[in-house]
Amino acid sequence: MTFTLPAFTPAIPEMFVLGMGCFILLVDVFLSDRHRLVTYWLSLATVAATAWLTVTIAENAGLLTFGDMFVNDSMGNVLKLFTYLTVALTFLYSRDYLTDRNLFKGEFYVLGLFGMLGMMVMISAHNFITIYLGLELLSLSLYAMVALDRDSPAASEAAMKYFVLGAIASGILLYGMSLLYGATGTLDITKLGVHIAEAPEIGIGVTFALGFIIVGLCFKLGAVPFHMWLPDVYEGANTPVTLYVGSAPKIAAFALFMRLLVEGLGGLRAEWRTMLIVLSILSMAIGSIVAIVQTNLKRLLAYSTISHVGYILMGILVGTTAGYQAAMFYVITYVIMAAAAFGIIILLARKGFESDRLEDFKGLNDRSPWFAAMMLIVMFGMAGVPPFVGFFGKLYVLRAVIDAGMTWLAVVGVIFAIISAFYYLKVVKLMYFDRAPEGAKPVAASLDMCWVLSGNGLAILLLGVLPGPLMALCARVINF
Amino acid sequence: MTTHFPILSVLLWLPIAGGVIVLLAGRVAPRWVRWLALFFSVLVFAISVPLWTQFNTGTAAMQFVENLPWIRTFHVHYHLGVDGISMPLILLTTFMTVLVVIAGWEVVHYKLAQYMAAFLIMEGLMNGVFSALDGLLFYVLWEAMLIPMFLIIGIWGGPRRVYASIKFFLYTFLGSVLMLVAIIYMYVKSGSYDILTFQQMPLGMTAQVLIFLAFLAAFAVKVPMWPVHTWLPDAHVEAPTGGSVILAAILLKMGAYGFLRFSLPIAPDASHALMWVIIALSLIAIIYIGFVAVVQTDMKKLVAYSSVAHMGFVTLGFFILFVIFAKTASTSGTVMGVEGGLVQMISHGFVSGALFLCVGVLYDRLHTREINAYGGVINMMPAFAFFMVLFAMANVGLPGTSGFVGEWMVILTSMKAGFWIAFGAAFTLFLGAAYTLWLVKRVLYGPVGNDRVAAMRDISKREFIVLGLCAVPVIVIGIWPAPLLDVMHASVVNLVHQAVQSKL
Repeated sequence: MTFTLPAFTPAIPEMFVLGMGCFILLVDVFLSDRHRLVTYWLSLATVAATAWLTVTIAENAGLLTFGDMFVNDSMGNVLKLFTYLTVALTFLYSRDYLTDRNLFKGEFYVLGLFGMLGMMVMISAHNFITIYLGLELLSLSLYAMVALDRDSPAASEAAMKYFVLGAIASGILLYGMSLLYGATGTLDITKLGVHIAEAPEIGIGVTFALGFIIVGLCFKLGAVPFHMWLPDVYEGANTPVTLYVGSAPKIAAFALFMRLLVEGLGGLRAEWRTMLIVLSILSMAIGSIVAIVQTNLKRLLAYSTISHVGYILMGILVGTTAGYQAAMFYVITYVIMAAAAFGIIILLARKGFESDRLEDFKGLNDRSPWFAAMMLIVMFGMAGVPPFVGFFGKLYVLRAVIDAGMTWLAVVGVIFAIISAFYYLKVVKLMYFDRAPEGAKPVAASLDMCWVLSGNGLAILLLGVLPGPLMALCARVINF
Repeated sequence: MTTHFPILSVLLWLPIAGGVIVLLAGRVAPRWVRWLALFFSVLVFAISVPLWTQFNTGTAAMQFVENLPWIRTFHVHYHLGVDGISMPLILLTTFMTVLVVIAGWEVVHYKLAQYMAAFLIMEGLMNGVFSALDGLLFYVLWEAMLIPMFLIIGIWGGPRRVYASIKFFLYTFLGSVLMLVAIIYMYVKSGSYDILTFQQMPLGMTAQVLIFLAFLAAFAVKVPMWPVHTWLPDAHVEAPTGGSVILAAILLKMGAYGFLRFSLPIAPDASHALMWVIIALSLIAIIYIGFVAVVQTDMKKLVAYSSVAHMGFVTLGFFILFVIFAKTASTSGTVMGVEGGLVQMISHGFVSGALFLCVGVLYDRLHTREINAYGGVINMMPAFAFFMVLFAMANVGLPGTSGFVGEWMVILTSMKAGFWIAFGAAFTLFLGAAYTLWLVKRVLYGPVGNDRVAAMRDISKREFIVLGLCAVPVIVIGIWPAPLLDVMHASVVNLVHQAVQSKL
């Protein structure tokens, strides 16, 4: 019996993050609160170095390793790079906020790194076991992060809710996977795809498993009717945690859809398309309509996320290459916008003042014209008004949908886009048309945060004026 | 690639850059804001003049064309160009922006830099809309324009500005997203976003009808046509003077322009089949909205409703060409109707803009737009009264003013189309006279209404310049419209041929 070592190169970034995560956890134990910044900088450096490693090994794209459980392909690498970017943004935005509240602990960053590792594993997974491994690593990190502020009842409640519902969803996903294993006898995604493509007919067991898997995936992504955890978690968690939960994991969830539904169960396209159509329309509808009555901006953004999820699903359900490309472009641009939105909430927050109610944004134009303009860009971007990048995300999806002959679905999509425009306009109205309350202070924040946040906002405009390169990138890495 | 001076790009980007500079100036050198805004608006106007002087009137082809790839994945091009239909509208835009900057000179104090910047950015986007030859570029600019206008109404508007601005935004957004679906549909069918390709691609009747309706949703809201006009009075009443001027003078023209650039050439058979819808809506706008205007007590609302009625004339002029063509099977008599509509667009741009400026002058003094609050203003403000009467007469369509030319051409054409259409259209002659002259009578004439009116001072030099600048084109076009007609003739003839040629 011979034992050959697997090729480690494709998984070097993951191994690096794992090592650094453990290292930072250890280092942090020996640091006093005064030196906590070391943890912060180490974490940022880890993310940067991981990005560098990912780029360096990118030419090995398409490689399978660890007994075909792990894949390193160009789609995964691009998605990973954007994951690093959003995680880095989260770390940057959260420093001042956490320091103000005595929450500037190493755990936040270590959990953030482990969560990122989970996402990386999800993105690169090529086997049900790996998928589940990554998903649980991410989820458990997220549960702990939501509960990080243990003195806050809202955060504890949110964490509890998230944990219970998340565990159920993971269980359902696992059940679906086990059914599939029973029906096809393989856990490998490519083999599964081949098996289903060659099967003379689709058994009831496989369809059943598909249903369970979609439920599990849609819970993680936050599609209606599996969205109930989202508003509570967004509202209850500290804003940096909300930013973490609401941004990078969406990219990983998209990767899950690609790996499981498209690569693995692509043969069942006709079956899952119908399911996703229903979920997509419901998500857009609930997300657009319920958000109108929200008074808490984080909750509003949660519902806005749900309606964006509807659009992402719309791209996936088309089942064509153009549709997947559109969904990928949409998810990346959405995450950039969401990061900026929560970044601005964090920017305005002070000790004892969360700045997450809508009225806290009143007269922002008086207090800080620059950041009011940034928020304006984010809001119009999310509403899908050109020349901001959100428009091109919608355009990309709509084109794929119309190309597939589902013009009616495109019309449904744009109608909900109009409804959702209303609450984005409401935020703009508060910032620009209302005056700031007496005694409102001008916005003050540390310089690096201001610069990064401005760059984040301007990126939404710049990607809107010149969306070509990112579109070309999405088109290049998804070609099946 | 382009070898000539990229004049259209400059007209698109220079005002936007100017707007950004003005915004920055608001932070570092607030005193320079006005002069900088004026400098940029005048510069842009000066740059736009060669469009007219170097325009080749002998061809219907696009001129000053620039074409660069923009988004390769989508085959979207940065494709600009003008013909005889869009070129006068660009000049109208650059001209009115200068007026708006001067009109806001002393009146606006709250966030002046943002005010001026919003209008400059708006100007660039509007120039872009009129010169875009790529469907997606057109849509991007068309929608982007909503943002500054939304802010203009919402920040500097009247008491109900929030309601008005959100209504304005959602109405126009609703209309235009359907247009987006239509544009993408045509892209999927033709593989290009080029408007000229759209105009030549064959389309089945069902597709044409759906495309026509989608475009109708966008353009009817913008024009606005009855019954989707209700955002207009609200927006006008609440908008600051400059906002009303741009809204009436330029934004409304975009809807009508859209009919000429998209609906008629892209979906000619659907236009033909559904012409009665448009003609009926236009006549309702002319007659019913004319009556509505008569009973208004708010000056801005009155002018706003009068705009709806006048724009009904424009759409009527465009669509009766199908009636005439069906009767005579020749295009010879139809060109005049479209040209009349176009002249009416330009003329209405100047006249309605000027009337809103007049209302603004009065509002700056008494801070009310109620007609009842005025009376006998001529005794205190004779120079102002001169201008207001002139513009009122142009609004009525008095011979010798620009208002007459377009109306006369449209009514004459509609006579060929049928007596009853002409009869309906002619209603405007006495309804327009009724509401406009009654407004003038109640505001300007009679004894001095009250003490506040008695304390009013005549227009300043600045206001004189603004109104005087408006008066020049009103009279010039009224007396000698030939140059304007020459410019548009070749393009209109080409358009009419496209419109009567079946694409089935």
